[in-house]
Amino acid sequence: MKFRSSIKQPISLTKPRTMSEPTVHHNQHRDDLGSKLGMWLFIFTELLLFGGLFIVYAVYRYKNSQAFHLAAQELDVTIGTINTVILLISSMTIAMSTTAIQKKDKRTTLLLIGTTLFLAVVFLVNKYFEWSGKIGHGLFPGSLVLEDLGQGDVLFFGLYFFMTGLHALHIIVGMVLLGFGFVRVWKDRLTFDNFQLLENGGLYWHLVDIIWIFLFPLFYLIT
Amino acid sequence: MSDTEHHIVSYRTYGLILLLLLTLTATSVAVTQIQLTRWSMAVALLLAATKSTFVLAIFMHLRYDQRMFRVMALLIFLLLGVVMFVTFLDYAFR
Repeated sequence: MKFRSSIKQPISLTKPRTMSEPTVHHNQHRDDLGSKLGMWLFIFTELLLFGGLFIVYAVYRYKNSQAFHLAAQELDVTIGTINTVILLISSMTIAMSTTAIQKKDKRTTLLLIGTTLFLAVVFLVNKYFEWSGKIGHGLFPGSLVLEDLGQGDVLFFGLYFFMTGLHALHIIVGMVLLGFGFVRVWKDRLTFDNFQLLENGGLYWHLVDIIWIFLFPLFYLIT
Repeated sequence: MSDTEHHIVSYRTYGLILLLLLTLTATSVAVTQIQLTRWSMAVALLLAATKSTFVLAIFMHLRYDQRMFRVMALLIFLLLGVVMFVTFLDYAFR
């Protein structure tokens, strides 16, 4: 009696309304659509962030077209192309992982997330060698070589290091997110009817891919 | 019901999209390495836009999701386009 008197509302309201409701998930408070919407809203802020940087690039290119033309020739098209191919394949493998998990194929899901993570590491290793090469040639923000080359080159390589660096940071964040996904699939906490975290991780990974799709022609191809 | 309903995209679809993306990448590399200057820049950016459309539509499931997501994505790219346009109006005619 004491227990009942401490509760304001009648007990019957806290119970399930009907007994015919499915009982499997009735105590879980999940909102997959809300979760996906949240991820998309975050992705939009990321697009605006990089969009702003692309505008900065476009304006400086417009004002220093000759210097940007010469500076862009310093970048290695081959390594840029290889990294593009790596990211495109990794985007496919992570997209496939949501198919695999919906088909209740845990082994393939883990294999696909693992492949994506492996490709991400290969991308970063390539990036490391690429950056080391540039820095070895004295091409880095604040270097004397760059100062001698003039304002256009300072702007080009400043933007190159900042934008590809920020992109690489996103690769690392994406790896952490997908790493969580991998562990949770492994431990059966993400399953065929509960995989929004994996899909959100995938969405983030595709965002990273889309940003690179634009970085690649702007820095490596258009000279 | 519709909240949890998911369209399962086949491995084959994803594979074909990857092939398409790789082809477009090869095309943009070829076009810019042949040196067509003014046009190659436009073509490379057009190809990049095409590639990201496929990533958004298939890999990111916008084609299969609720219309709300497509509308929002479209508005964001429209907003970016407008901001770019206005910025260039400013720089070109100041």
